Amino acid sequence: MTGERLLEVRSVTKRFGGFVALDEVSIEVGKGERFGLIGPNGSGKTTLINCISGTLANDGGEIVFKGAVLDGRKPHERTRLGIARSFQIPKPFRSMTVLENLAIPLEYASGAGAREVEDRGMAILESIGLGNRAGESSGKLTQIDMRKLELARAMASEPELLISDEAMAGLSSTEVDDILEILFRMNERGITIIMIEHIMRAVMRFSERIVVLDAGRKIAEGKPDEIVNDPEVERAYLGE
Amino acid sequence: MRIDAFHVTALAIALLGAAVTIFDLIPVNKFYFFAGYVVLQYVVLATAWNIMGGYMGYVNFGTAGFFAVGAYTSVVLYNLMKAPLILMIPVSGAVCALLGLGMGYLTLRLRGVFFAIATLAMAIVLETLIVNWDYVGGATGAYILRSREIAPFGDYVEFLFFVMLVLAIFAVTVARWIERSKMGRGFAAIRDDEVAAECTGVPTLRLKLVATTVSGFLMGVAGAPFVLYVGFVEPSSAFNLVYAVNSIAMPMIGGATTWLGPLIGALLLGTVQQVATVTISSELNLLIVGGLLVFFVIAAPEGIVGLVRKWRGRGR
Amino acid sequence: MFTVDLLLSALVAGVLLGGFYAAVSLGLTVAFGQLNIVNIAHPAFVILGSYVAYMCNSRWGLDPILVGLAFTPVFFLIGVGAYRIYYESFERRDDEALRGLAFFFGVMFIIEVGLIMVYGVDFRTVQAPYIGQNFKIGAVGVPTRMLVPFCVSLVMFACVYLYMSRTFNGRAIMAVAQDRLALQLMAADPVRIKQLGFGIGIGTTALAGALLIIIIPIEPSIGRLYIGQVFAIAVLAGLGSIPGTLVAALVLGIAESLVATFFGPSWAPAVAFGILLLALAFRPQGLFGR
Repeated sequence: MTGERLLEVRSVTKRFGGFVALDEVSIEVGKGERFGLIGPNGSGKTTLINCISGTLANDGGEIVFKGAVLDGRKPHERTRLGIARSFQIPKPFRSMTVLENLAIPLEYASGAGAREVEDRGMAILESIGLGNRAGESSGKLTQIDMRKLELARAMASEPELLISDEAMAGLSSTEVDDILEILFRMNERGITIIMIEHIMRAVMRFSERIVVLDAGRKIAEGKPDEIVNDPEVERAYLGE
Repeated sequence: MRIDAFHVTALAIALLGAAVTIFDLIPVNKFYFFAGYVVLQYVVLATAWNIMGGYMGYVNFGTAGFFAVGAYTSVVLYNLMKAPLILMIPVSGAVCALLGLGMGYLTLRLRGVFFAIATLAMAIVLETLIVNWDYVGGATGAYILRSREIAPFGDYVEFLFFVMLVLAIFAVTVARWIERSKMGRGFAAIRDDEVAAECTGVPTLRLKLVATTVSGFLMGVAGAPFVLYVGFVEPSSAFNLVYAVNSIAMPMIGGATTWLGPLIGALLLGTVQQVATVTISSELNLLIVGGLLVFFVIAAPEGIVGLVRKWRGRGR
Repeated sequence: MFTVDLLLSALVAGVLLGGFYAAVSLGLTVAFGQLNIVNIAHPAFVILGSYVAYMCNSRWGLDPILVGLAFTPVFFLIGVGAYRIYYESFERRDDEALRGLAFFFGVMFIIEVGLIMVYGVDFRTVQAPYIGQNFKIGAVGVPTRMLVPFCVSLVMFACVYLYMSRTFNGRAIMAVAQDRLALQLMAADPVRIKQLGFGIGIGTTALAGALLIIIIPIEPSIGRLYIGQVFAIAVLAGLGSIPGTLVAALVLGIAESLVATFFGPSWAPAVAFGILLLALAFRPQGLFGR
């Protein structure tokens, strides 16, 4: 990693009873970086981002964001500090319209007044291609629009770091490109992005640097082409 | 807060209430004040329940507990210093607000259903405490002597009716204000998906505590004049399950996501019950409430308000 | 006034009471702990079971325990039907939290008021040869009206435990809340499994109700008091653990018996709810959760 550090995960450990989900995992993410996090199912990816976003408390180690230790801070405080995430299984606010979904982070995380909400919300929706869905009930969106809403809602909190948790699972190839393009555009605007993804084509194209988790441990780190040729990674994915 | 048609209407109703009770502009049979008081009391309880239940999706089975604590706080204040009603109401409200806050703090960090179970538990623990507390009459109950008349209302029941009318207007106004505020949108986000709400910046625990506190306050306020209304209070009447059932059934039947729902539900169901207790047995009456509750949650989850909206939408 | 004999009597009574509580809360452990269905109407079904036993006993002189057994399949079917309604109306729509709870609350209320309308609010009892006898071990009296339900409930408990741990369907019920996917891979339909589990949960209330009316006279509204007991036990047990349920039931039975003996019976109702509140506040994962 080069340049200024935005996020540091220092030897973070998480246990569920006797099961060690994360075993002293350390990663560093630089400001403006496109960072990929991969690993087989159950390797601890989602646990790690739950620890970063604060929905789980890590048992050991610490997480530092913009130089401040996050441990003990609630998820909504971390969101206000600039960490946003999307969910693997979309969690829209179903009783609300698409635009109203964005009003929540706009009001609660980025401090928009009631009058600004509509303009700022619409601007985000337009930029992500949901402009014509603004008044629709969010529970009735198609899969791809649901994923876009997840990203739009994350954007509405004006994050410096966006964690995208499998935003492309189950989408068609053109839809994957659609989402990738959105993420690239966000990154161009200076937002650091951690992408968790199973679709290798997408992660490899998107990421500047990749960390591989397996069974709760970091087994490899490097540029996409280094990762592809790493024998450890091959073992983790294909078995011995 | 912007003043709009709602506030004008509310003020008009309050003035009309004053005109009827103080100046006896329209001759009204005393029974209607007696029955109307109960209906308005349910408007307060249903509205209070809905702040937690309808807006936020957290079910409170302990309405009767809050109501009774409000009523017994009045008994204590009366025993201590013969306090007037004007003092009983805010103190009962404050005690119940604290009770709500405490309950919330103990259970709201857990899954939502534990809050529901805990509220049930709380009502029974409180009833046991009151039954064993001789100062407020224990199991046998307590009397409060009140004057038959009070100036400028004349009859005391008319005065109580007016007080409850003001409380009902207050409760509905508060609920409506919450619903339209940033806080109300936060409540709705919690109801829809609590994890997503927290991760989009909503301080979920704090909002949940605000909701239990406000809801508890309003329930306590509704219970405060109860002893003066009945003149005699015992644990089994103050902790009556009917309060819990009605405060759930009324918003569910009216429509739980808006302030209008509990209002419609309470006016409708409350009036029907007042008429029905005179004409049919009170058990059958309660059976109908239970039946309606089950019917509505299954067949019309958005309540009467939802049905009307759907019907209007079709007409367009 | 404290004597060793009094303490011993209280302990024995507590163990007997606890064994009975295990029977009452077993169905809830299955429904709430394993299937994640918050059936607050569970105690109302127990009371319904009591009245069925009362009716058959008073009219035809049938033994309450046999009546309870005979009605277990009927209650099982009621449970299956109730789950179908619950599933179609709430679970499938992802609406258990608010309306599902309100539904069971309504069901509880309807059962209670329905029983009041038919039988009134008088206390009812049953007749059986083993009711009203006492025998003594040292200075400690053991009433058979407690001992018989205790033994029956342990047998019922053992049967359900064996079914849950030894059979395919039983294990599927245990697994359904944790891992729907695994269940589907085993080619079991989660809805049918939950339906079976909920049926068993309600099925146990027929016998539990019969045991209840053997122990004490009942009237329709006492069901509400048992909400505290059954949920306190289910939470304390660590949700879904059947052996945990037995231990938690015994703990609660003993605690209640001690409080009733040394502080007076009017405090007993608060014990269960007090334990429940404490458990929720400080140890929601239960005694045996991790």
